[in-house]
Amino acid sequence: MGETAFLVGQVFNGFSVASLFVLAALGLALSFGLMRVINMAHGEMLMLGGYLAYLTLQVVPGPLGILVAMPVAFAGTALLGAVLEWGVIHRLSARPLDTLLATWGASLILQQAARNLFGAIGVEVTAPSWLDHTISIHSGPLSGLDLPDTRIFILLVAALVLAGIALLLNKTRLGLYVRAVNQDRATAAAMGVNARLIDLLVFSLGTGVAGLAGVILALLGPVTPTVGQSYIVPAFLVVILGGLGSLVGTTIASIMVGLFTALVEIFVDVSVAQVLLLLFVILFIQIRPQGVITVRTRALEG
Amino acid sequence: MQKRRIGFAAALLTATMLTGAAPALADGTVKVGVLQSLTGTMAISEVPLEGAELLAIDEINAKGGVLGKTIVPVEEDGASDPSTFAQKATKLIEEDKVVTVFGGWTSSSRKAMLPVFQRFHNLLWYPVQFEGNECSPNIMYSGAQPNQQALPALTWAEQKGYKKIFLLGSDYVYPRTANLILKKHITHDGLTLSGEEYVPLGGTDFSSIIAEIQQAKPDIIINTLNGDSNVSFFKQMAAAGMTPDKLPVMSFSIAEPEAKAMGPSLLAGSYTSWNYFQSLPGDENAAFVSAFKAKFGADSVVDDPMVHGYEDVYQWAAAVKKAGSFDPTKVRDAAVALGFSPSPLGSVKFADNQSMVQTGYIGELQPDGQFKVIWSSTGPIEPQPYDPLAFPGKSCKLH
Repeated sequence: MGETAFLVGQVFNGFSVASLFVLAALGLALSFGLMRVINMAHGEMLMLGGYLAYLTLQVVPGPLGILVAMPVAFAGTALLGAVLEWGVIHRLSARPLDTLLATWGASLILQQAARNLFGAIGVEVTAPSWLDHTISIHSGPLSGLDLPDTRIFILLVAALVLAGIALLLNKTRLGLYVRAVNQDRATAAAMGVNARLIDLLVFSLGTGVAGLAGVILALLGPVTPTVGQSYIVPAFLVVILGGLGSLVGTTIASIMVGLFTALVEIFVDVSVAQVLLLLFVILFIQIRPQGVITVRTRALEG
Repeated sequence: MQKRRIGFAAALLTATMLTGAAPALADGTVKVGVLQSLTGTMAISEVPLEGAELLAIDEINAKGGVLGKTIVPVEEDGASDPSTFAQKATKLIEEDKVVTVFGGWTSSSRKAMLPVFQRFHNLLWYPVQFEGNECSPNIMYSGAQPNQQALPALTWAEQKGYKKIFLLGSDYVYPRTANLILKKHITHDGLTLSGEEYVPLGGTDFSSIIAEIQQAKPDIIINTLNGDSNVSFFKQMAAAGMTPDKLPVMSFSIAEPEAKAMGPSLLAGSYTSWNYFQSLPGDENAAFVSAFKAKFGADSVVDDPMVHGYEDVYQWAAAVKKAGSFDPTKVRDAAVALGFSPSPLGSVKFADNQSMVQTGYIGELQPDGQFKVIWSSTGPIEPQPYDPLAFPGKSCKLH
């Protein structure tokens, strides 16, 4: 493999990692943007998505199982998100620190529930055979470059989800309400927007996307009761770097983090790359405390 | 309400006093500690290990116990946290007055407990393969030393004709030390080290490392990743078209339960090095496997650390009988004087350095989740806590 091919490969890997981060972080960004809620149970929504994929594959084995699993996981986690929002978060909405604790508690309960239901050892979710191939380039300057189908598939899913949410927020009436509540909750409510319902819907949408992300992550990683924990820290990192609550910011930040790690890992090992990434984020936040994209909202001013 | 609470507290206090007084009252029993992580990240491995330890205790009790006394296991939860292990070990020895403790998994849990066992002159039976480089009179190390797991794997790879070796591990003490030793032997044996990479514990992304492996084109990967990182690694290798049949992977921390959990289809054809496989022949092993399945279900599997935990209890009981005493100092003297005895993992004994003399096996994972033994060392291997190439001049003399 030539130098160019290796470099292009790493850039591709960077985008691949970014696509995972963006899927994992979108829900967090959505719920923080609208409700100032930091959902510590977000990682468990990813975990739940993985287990729903496992259950779906038990019912619908075969090549199309994973495609069925995605809407199932979306619906399942969105429903659980709605229950969590209705039962816990909105009752504590005036006390952000209490929400932090309560959602952390919810995350522990969900982890233990998964352990009791499915066992401490993980369950098996494997990629379908139509994702088993790699696109290999055998000639030209990029000779030796391998692009795994699984990673291309994940990039596509991430792009579709992003496009879908962008359309929803910018082109629909619901999106208009969401943006209105985001900018000024009191005025939006005075204009007749049911801010309570918008909160519920956006939170469920966020957890639903996390569930979908969980299915995708199961193609590349384990499905265990604690799997959410390994993605929650990078997800928070991306949300903070992106500018709290901004979708465009979250996307750009994911790509920054993905490319940064992939390129740094050419020179140093993975542990050191993690350290350098954190240093980079700290420096970036020092220079630009508001993150990549500045969010204009009354809620953050108040 | 107030009254009921006081009543409850009084009942609790009485109960505590009764339990506290128990050792003096019950002459027919002897207490041993069983200290594993029942919660936290390590529970996945340590809960089944505790099951094997308790099974051995049950079996010995069913045959009349030791020195006429019934063994009473006192279970504590190390909670996957080294300082909790140290705290619970102190509690077991000081409050419960246990005569010995079976337990520990991670090296950090063992290192945390070591000073406790030294201070109280008690004895810990540690059942997991580890990085060596430690030699304490208060620990019986039944799990493999590096020269009983890592080096046999290298010997096997050399015999297969693999020359370019890529080392991949989680970033903590075991992989770093094991690889330090392996590197010395790779150079010494005239092989090539084609790469060495570490990911943080629990790491999930291997895209860069896989790109590096594709560039380095090794003959074999020696994998010391721990836990779930293995699932991510093998899934991403498969996605990149590098299945174990195309690029062999030799793993040190994948055994039967991990293979079952990760899905044998993902790992089929990959290799591991252990001192025990469930598929080993022999009457002792057949009896152990069927007893374990009878207790924990027909689809449960056993592995190397579990069988070591099980064998530790039997070795302890045999040593107690030989010593005619539960005193930890007398028991450890007796344990190294026992000589070879049959066990599920073949003929084993404790050497003078309190580590186990045992055979090394290489297994190839089959589609049914079991390992086919494809190679074994010529007879049991003497344990070496200090590798002569990596730690020259150091030795472990305890008896």
